[in-house]
Amino acid sequence: MATRSTIKIRAKEKSGLAQVRSLINHPMETGLRKDKTTGELIPAHFIQELVAELNGNVVMTANWGVGISKNPYLSFNVKGGKKGDQIRLTWTDNKGNTDSKTATVV
Amino acid sequence: MSNTTMTDINRRNFLEKSLTTSTVGAAWAFGLLAPQAVLAAWPKEGFEAKDIPSVLKELHGIEVTVDDPSVKIKIPEIAENGAVVPVTIKSTMSGVTQIALFASVNPRPLAADFRLTDSVPPMVSTRIKLNKTGDVVAVVKVGDKLYSARKTVKVTIGGCGG
Repeated sequence: MATRSTIKIRAKEKSGLAQVRSLINHPMETGLRKDKTTGELIPAHFIQELVAELNGNVVMTANWGVGISKNPYLSFNVKGGKKGDQIRLTWTDNKGNTDSKTATVV
Repeated sequence: MSNTTMTDINRRNFLEKSLTTSTVGAAWAFGLLAPQAVLAAWPKEGFEAKDIPSVLKELHGIEVTVDDPSVKIKIPEIAENGAVVPVTIKSTMSGVTQIALFASVNPRPLAADFRLTDSVPPMVSTRIKLNKTGDVVAVVKVGDKLYSARKTVKVTIGGCGG
């Protein structure tokens, strides 16, 4: 996999919640788009599953389709997330690629 | 001596050939078979269905939704660029286990299916593609009932063109 993480993630404690914001580098190709020069269809390449964990426990699973924009953005809150807790995101795409990153709640 | 060389070459050829074949085989298996095997939970039929009732049937086994004012969609009324439309889905209901987000005019209407645990309040923000002007629909699941909201978004540049 790439040496630089594809995930940017920030988590901040606010009124009993950990507010998580993340950005992922991914083309999110629909498979319906044509290459302008060759006229051939660009094969689908998109994130199918994104798992969020708080201190190792899964709190949310997002199943995504091709309708999510390129370089996806996602934000959500986690109840009871406090300073020092670990929030981990892991994505898997339709080609079997995967990446994950952990952020400490601040 | 020459015999040994022959054997060596043959062996090398054999090895090379088998390596190439197995690499291709592995790549093929990885690209086509692995994701479905690994992501058994990914609702393939739901994401491939072409209209919202079929998606709901695939995801939940029910297709009846009740419009509910507690389900809220925050999205611009006019999207200048359909490729990137920020959207927030929210509900004040408790016990929401699932949030499905649809762009009704897209060729594949289901954009996302969020499965929440008790630890995640029903509020997610993301960015979606909108093919053209049409309704964005959010469906939340509480118990075995579906509640929905919809909002029309006017798109000036489509999200699925080049």
